[in-house]
Amino acid sequence: MKPTDVLCAAVMALMVPIPVQAADSILVQSTTSTANSGLYDHLLPAFSEATGIKVRVVAVGTGQAIRNARNCDGDVLLVHAKSAELAFVRDGYGTSRSDLMYNDFVIVGPLADPAGIKGQSNASTALRAIAQSGELFASRGDDSGTHKKESALWQDAGVDAIAASGAWYRETGSGMGATLNAAIGMGAYTLTDRATWIGFGGKADYGILAEGDAALFNQYGVIPVNPAKCPTVHAEAAQTFVDWLLSPTGQTAISTYEVDGQQLFFANAKAGGS
Amino acid sequence: MQSIGEAFSIAIALVLSGDSDLLAIVFLSLYVSVTATLIACLLGFPLGALVATRRFRGRGVLLVVMNALMGLPPVVVGLLVYLHLSRAGPLGFLGLLYTPTAMIIAQTILIMPIVAALSRQVLEDLHGEYAEQFRSLSLTPIQTIQALVWDGRFALLTVALAGFGRAVAEVGAVMIVGGNIDHLTRVMTTAIALETSKGNLGLALGLGIVLMVIALGVNAAVHGLRLTARRHAYV
Repeated sequence: MKPTDVLCAAVMALMVPIPVQAADSILVQSTTSTANSGLYDHLLPAFSEATGIKVRVVAVGTGQAIRNARNCDGDVLLVHAKSAELAFVRDGYGTSRSDLMYNDFVIVGPLADPAGIKGQSNASTALRAIAQSGELFASRGDDSGTHKKESALWQDAGVDAIAASGAWYRETGSGMGATLNAAIGMGAYTLTDRATWIGFGGKADYGILAEGDAALFNQYGVIPVNPAKCPTVHAEAAQTFVDWLLSPTGQTAISTYEVDGQQLFFANAKAGGS
Repeated sequence: MQSIGEAFSIAIALVLSGDSDLLAIVFLSLYVSVTATLIACLLGFPLGALVATRRFRGRGVLLVVMNALMGLPPVVVGLLVYLHLSRAGPLGFLGLLYTPTAMIIAQTILIMPIVAALSRQVLEDLHGEYAEQFRSLSLTPIQTIQALVWDGRFALLTVALAGFGRAVAEVGAVMIVGGNIDHLTRVMTTAIALETSKGNLGLALGLGIVLMVIALGVNAAVHGLRLTARRHAYV
């Protein structure tokens, strides 16, 4: 092969048509739980069929999704950390934030339950029991929505978990699934959203041990990225998508999604946003 | 471990099913990594040859830097490319983020130093053998480089394979600049990472086995090419 042949091959390879983001497609910066649980696979085909708009999803932690959206690298933000979402809108990056749906967080751990939290419905009490027992706890440690919630729960419990970082408090610095894998691998307790847990394929001898506290409520919000701040966004298509999610059709589609006969997300949009 | 046996049966079932999603992912993996390898070779071979044959001020520093960059962490390359291609970055107007092109750019940057540094070593050794002959033929620097690259083509093929291996196996860079978007930028390694995070360890490992078989296939094809070429060269 002559060098010129290599050059031609390379140039030709580059000329293979690459799907460029067309006007009729939008990019959603999303938290991982909605993607990993299969919700988008359930919702998006119906939306695309109704509107002809293609939706592409980048699933990262809530913290990273917000940062990416602040860089204008997305048309819609769908995450679960209300105060960070409100700050996003306040800073002008989003046009408006709407409640979309909710589910809840649960504390999972080995069914043998060495810290004795089984059946505990008070999250703070459960976490205090884990801390006092010296059993391991795996934290996301990645500034995600789940991590923010967990930090707030430790604060309510009056436990300085960070002080035990590396000892019984293990910060994995990775996504929910990776953290569940790590927790199960080392026999640690961890906090997860229920949707990810139900859809998780490698549960081994783990189960939900503490649930049902109002403090474990998990609200998801949706925000179109503001074209005034990010002129390249597909504002119209993004608004169509958000409107559809908040409409009776979209809300019903969310509430009818089930895995193993269990409903994962509970639609709770109210007119006018919040 | 039961998952390893399970993974092999999943891998075989995956391949036999001829699943169109899987084929698309495999094709995109090969397209991205082969293109990145070609571009990296196009840039890396001449650079390696230049450093191998010329003596200039700062050559030692360049050598050390080239060798050190072989250890570039993929995540760092991904972040650098993300910061440039992001809408908020200097090249954001190109709209390349979350496209296969962005993934090719990242992998090219990742493996260019490997190709340049290894080809420099290969060609410098060759040049040591031929330097006097070249001088007696009074070849121009360009002719020298052409002759060296041609003569070292089989060793350079191995260099290219090293680059390809690094590109097709990395996950950190393509995950950040590609976004692992279904039917658009999902490749083998990001699919493996995704299935791992869903707790589907058997399926993740199965995909890993498919990836390794593909890498094996590419290497076998190149090996076959080399054998054929050698036979023709010595007949």
